[in-house]
Amino acid sequence: MPEKKISKAALYWKLFSSTFILSAFTVGGGYVIVPLMRKTFVEKLHWIEENEMMDLIAIAQSAPGPIAVNTSILVGYKIAHVPGALITLLGTILPPLIILTLLSYVYSAIKDNRIVKTLFFGMGIGVAVVILDAVTSMATTIIGTKKILPIILMILAFIATYILKWNIVIIIISCAIIGIIATMLPLVCKKNPPKEGGNR
Amino acid sequence: MIYWQLFWSFIQIGLFSFGGGYAALPLIQKQVVTVHGWLTIQEFSDVVTISQMTPGPISLNAASFVGTRIGGVAGAVVATVGNVLPSLIIVLTLAWFYFRYRSLKVMQGALYGLRPAVVALIASAGLAILFLALFGKAELPISSADISWFAVIMFVLAFIYVRVKKPNPIIIIALSGGITVLLGLIGIPI
Repeated sequence: MPEKKISKAALYWKLFSSTFILSAFTVGGGYVIVPLMRKTFVEKLHWIEENEMMDLIAIAQSAPGPIAVNTSILVGYKIAHVPGALITLLGTILPPLIILTLLSYVYSAIKDNRIVKTLFFGMGIGVAVVILDAVTSMATTIIGTKKILPIILMILAFIATYILKWNIVIIIISCAIIGIIATMLPLVCKKNPPKEGGNR
Repeated sequence: MIYWQLFWSFIQIGLFSFGGGYAALPLIQKQVVTVHGWLTIQEFSDVVTISQMTPGPISLNAASFVGTRIGGVAGAVVATVGNVLPSLIIVLTLAWFYFRYRSLKVMQGALYGLRPAVVALIASAGLAILFLALFGKAELPISSADISWFAVIMFVLAFIYVRVKKPNPIIIIALSGGITVLLGLIGIPI
C-alpha cells in the first residue's frame, strides 16, 4: 500500500502528475493509454497488482464513456478512494481541455484559409480511412465469432441507424437489453456464452 | 441557457458511448450537428481530424472544442464536466459492487449485445465522414456529379496501405493531408 510509505499530499501529487503526463503525451486513445497506465501503476510504482489491473480495465470497458477516463477513475479509486478518483480524473481531463480549447480558437481564425481547407480535406480522407479500417477489423471480429446473435444485431443496428435513421440511444438501449436477456437466459445461449473482454 | 444545453448534450454523449474509441462518434455527431447545429458536418469532420492528431479521447476533445466555440472557456469546462460525469458515477458504482461481489454478469451481458451495435453505429458515422470527403456532403442522396475522383483514388490507395501495412493512424492522416496540399499547390485539380 502506497499510503504507508509516503504522505497523502505526495501520493495525491504523484497520482495527478502521472495521469496528467500520460494524458498529455498519449495520442491514439484508450487502447494506447491504458497499457501505459498499467505500466506506470503496476510495473513502475507497484501500487496495483497485475490481476487487479486486468479487472479494473474490464470494468472500465463495461461502463460508458472514454476507456482512458474510466480506467483513470478506477486507478485513483483503488489507490486513494474517492479523492484519488477525482484527482486522477482531473489529471486525465485537463490536457485535452487545455489543448483543444486553444486549438478551437486557432481553428476559428484559420479555417477559411485555402491551404488549411485543402489540408483538412486531405486529412479528412485519412480520417475516413482510419475509422473504416477500425470498423472493418471490428466487424471481422464479430463475424469471426460465428455466433448468430451478434451478427444479426450488427446488421439490424446498421439498418436502423443508417437507413431508418432511428435514435441512437434507442438502438443502444435495445441492444443492451437483448444482450442481458441472452446472457441471463442460459437456455438461449448455453453452448456459446458471451466472450469476456473488449473488441480490438 | 446555452451552458445547460452543452452540459446536458455531453452528459448524453458520455452516458451512451459504450466501447471506447470511436463509439462516441455517432453520438457526438447527433448532438452537435443534427440536434443543436453547433457545428456543420464539415466542422465536425475537422474536429474528428484534430482529435486524431492530439492527445485525449475523442469525446473529451469534442467537448472542449465545441464548448469553446459555443461558450468560451466556461463552455469547454461545462461540456467536459458533463462528458465525464456519467463515467464518474457509473464507474465508481461498478467498482464498489466489484470490490464487494466480484461479479459483473449484467454489465457483461449488456456489452455482449452492445459490441455489435457499436460497430454498426461507428460504421454509420464513418460513412458520413467518407461521403463528405468524396462528395462534399454527408447525407444521402448523393449525386455522382459531385464526386471528387481525387478523393476516391486517395481513399482507395490509403485504405489498401492501412489494411496491408497497419501504420500508425497519425501517419496516414498526416500523409493524406500533406500529399493533398502538395498536389493542390502544383495545380492538380482536387
